Amino acid sequence: MTSAALPIDPAPCSSLFDDTEFMNALRLQMLKFATLQVRNQALAEDAVQDAMLSAYQHIERFQRQAALKTWVFAILKNKLIDILRKEKRYTSASILEEGAGRNDEALLDTLFTDHGHWQKDERPQKWDEPDHGLESSDFWKIFDTCLDALPARYSRLFMMREFLELESNEICDNEQLSVSNLNTTLFRARLRLRECLEDNWFAGETCP
Amino acid sequence: MMKCTEATQLLSEKLDRPLSTKEKVSLGMHTAMCPACRQFGKQMSALREITQRYVQSDDTESEDAKK
Repeated sequence: MTSAALPIDPAPCSSLFDDTEFMNALRLQMLKFATLQVRNQALAEDAVQDAMLSAYQHIERFQRQAALKTWVFAILKNKLIDILRKEKRYTSASILEEGAGRNDEALLDTLFTDHGHWQKDERPQKWDEPDHGLESSDFWKIFDTCLDALPARYSRLFMMREFLELESNEICDNEQLSVSNLNTTLFRARLRLRECLEDNWFAGETCP
Repeated sequence: MMKCTEATQLLSEKLDRPLSTKEKVSLGMHTAMCPACRQFGKQMSALREITQRYVQSDDTESEDAKK
């Protein structure tokens, strides 16, 4: 097979875009993440569309699905940061907050004794990174599941802080949150994620 | 003596704001004696590193693609 005669022929790599199953799954994952962050379907769709378009324009760079995915998410990340900075939020946080508080109390009761110390069975264990294949797609499936299990407000603020890497004061300003409210939410999100990852990934691996 | 509930909260907040000297001292005293909270602290940093690698693959091609 030769493509020498066609300088603009995207043939060598276009199979990535032709894999509709992969592309649909990727698009849905991006859309879900974008919608969680910007909480506006139209803005989220535009951002995903732009990221996809710019990936398509650079199609020759990608040999593998993983590389394409990393790249479009990097583009999407920057687009979402722009949107969050421009569109200060106008919806009330209250809807997403409901119900989260009570569950947190229950979680804290499970994890800690009445005296505020770790329950014996719940003490954090050592996470052996290299042995556990953090880069494997299995790990990221579990990570996604754990993230989904959080109240939406928690996963949103957690990913804003840790993945989009916005500073706390910027998040508080954009979201009209108090610093202590943000810190408490981030703490609870991390506490739950930690618990979920330890139970479903780090603990399970030792007995195959 | 600080409780684990308070120590874990500070170990999380440490990632978002600088702790006061007083907080650092009490937290240091607590973690010196509490292996579970020490582990929790390490996991908080690990969780941050993990999350920053979200959707990134470890194959070298993706690194090339970013250049």
